[in-house]
Amino acid sequence: MVGATADKHYNSPMLDVEKIRVDFPILSREAYPGVPLIYLDSAASSQKPLAVIEAMDAYYRQTNANVHRGIHILSEQATNAYEGARARIARFINAPDPAEVIYVRNATEGFNLVAQSWGRTNLRPGDEILLTEMEHHANLVPWQILAQQTGARLKFVPFHPDGTLDLSNLSALLTEKTKLFAFTAVSNVFGTVNPTKELVAAAHAVGAVAVVDGAQAVPHMPVDVQDLNCDFLAFSGHKMCGPTGIGILYGKRALLEAMPPYMGGGDMIRRVELEASTWNELPWKFEAGTPAIAAAIGLGTAVDYLSGLGMERVHRYEHFITHYALEALSEIPGLRLLGPDASRRAGLAAFILNGAHPHDIAEILDKDGIAVRAGHHCAMPLHKKLGVNASARASFYLYTTTAEIDKLVTGLHHVRRVFRL
Amino acid sequence: MNGDIYREQIIDLYENPLNFGVLDPNTFSYEEDNPLCGDVIRIDVRLDDDQRVAGVAWSGDGCAISQASASLLTEEIKGMHLDELKNFSKERLLALLGVPLSMARVKCALLSLKVLKAGAYGLPDRDALRGADE
Repeated sequence: MVGATADKHYNSPMLDVEKIRVDFPILSREAYPGVPLIYLDSAASSQKPLAVIEAMDAYYRQTNANVHRGIHILSEQATNAYEGARARIARFINAPDPAEVIYVRNATEGFNLVAQSWGRTNLRPGDEILLTEMEHHANLVPWQILAQQTGARLKFVPFHPDGTLDLSNLSALLTEKTKLFAFTAVSNVFGTVNPTKELVAAAHAVGAVAVVDGAQAVPHMPVDVQDLNCDFLAFSGHKMCGPTGIGILYGKRALLEAMPPYMGGGDMIRRVELEASTWNELPWKFEAGTPAIAAAIGLGTAVDYLSGLGMERVHRYEHFITHYALEALSEIPGLRLLGPDASRRAGLAAFILNGAHPHDIAEILDKDGIAVRAGHHCAMPLHKKLGVNASARASFYLYTTTAEIDKLVTGLHHVRRVFRL
Repeated sequence: MNGDIYREQIIDLYENPLNFGVLDPNTFSYEEDNPLCGDVIRIDVRLDDDQRVAGVAWSGDGCAISQASASLLTEEIKGMHLDELKNFSKERLLALLGVPLSMARVKCALLSLKVLKAGAYGLPDRDALRGADE
């Protein structure tokens, strides 16, 4: 295998991964009897540390009640836990004010909220929405719907063959007609870390609103919305040690204040009369109905967990493991890695193996206990442009070990044997 | 561990598919993809005057299961009457494959049958798709 530990190319891992793994109960289960689980699908959904599971369990056992409604002790404690989590999540992304941090179900809902609330209010026929060709469907389809509704046009920043954005023509694509520029901070297929701060500045230079997809960035590296100066940032809790059903839309207060509600119902109103209502203040204006209280508390605990380790350390460790994985995978004959070199990518590696379809790769690896993703990873246009139907993807997190990467390599040699490659 | 699903015959058929190609002229030709995984299969069939399969060819791209399934299906239907094509059951095709498949992979296995039935019925793919999936 690849001798990494003594290699000066690698940053010191710093994280005590074996200690971290003990925090994740699922990592000690077997995939099949006698076959240890090797979970390399964290970009789809990460595993959860015990602290998160216990925080949600404790909420249901001891605190469960509706928020913002009751006078009683349980409701008060539930509200405090729910809002306390929001405040910690706000600090985690350095949002100036917790009121700018809106609980949504996931990043997808965050984009839909911006599209339907900000977009329908502000876009006119002939306006342009700029996206990139590497977007996840979550940051593509809501804008397609918005374009159909408003008569706005979609434009796309292309990518180079190595999976980095081709910004050579950006000034022609980003014009005064551009009202919104939505792009991902990290590609979920290439792993490319895009120059987010520069792209936000470029959007602002033409007066466009900058929407950042943080789904693959916030779990893996420090993200500071004030430093990025983005107008909106959306991410999902379940990819960052939190539960499913909770995500965050950060938005600048001035924009959020001017936006109409996305959904109507309880909690988002100030006063309701039969014919009309007035809206609650931020952030509750955008949180109609009883929210995912336990999930929000779970995400707050996930953020505590990540903050305790330090996102800079998490990022450095993932860089180390990604570098290790790319070197190991590149030695497999017939394997083509998608995306740039380790210096410009986050912790995932999508690849194609000549002579074996990604589904077959994933199936054989699964029987060896190795969980990878196969398919288009919710990025069909990206794969079409690459001229492939699908790819396999191994994705890493703070609990991924070099031994697991070695087993992935062994598993891929197994695939090659089965397919007589 | 994987011996069950990727047994020799499946890999053999993946490497050396049966009836691979196009048939022109043909009585019907149909193509469909599974956008979820990108598998695509086209089947061309020529029927004789008695409505029996006189010639068949398939082409496409995809995983070993979808490709092996297309070889086995096209081999099986030679000489078959149009009515038999329409009534070809998914169980029969899965039995031909003879390997245990997870739910996700059953879709791969049945794509060829979906295509064949859509062609045989001359229907929009949605109706045929329902017939093969149920």
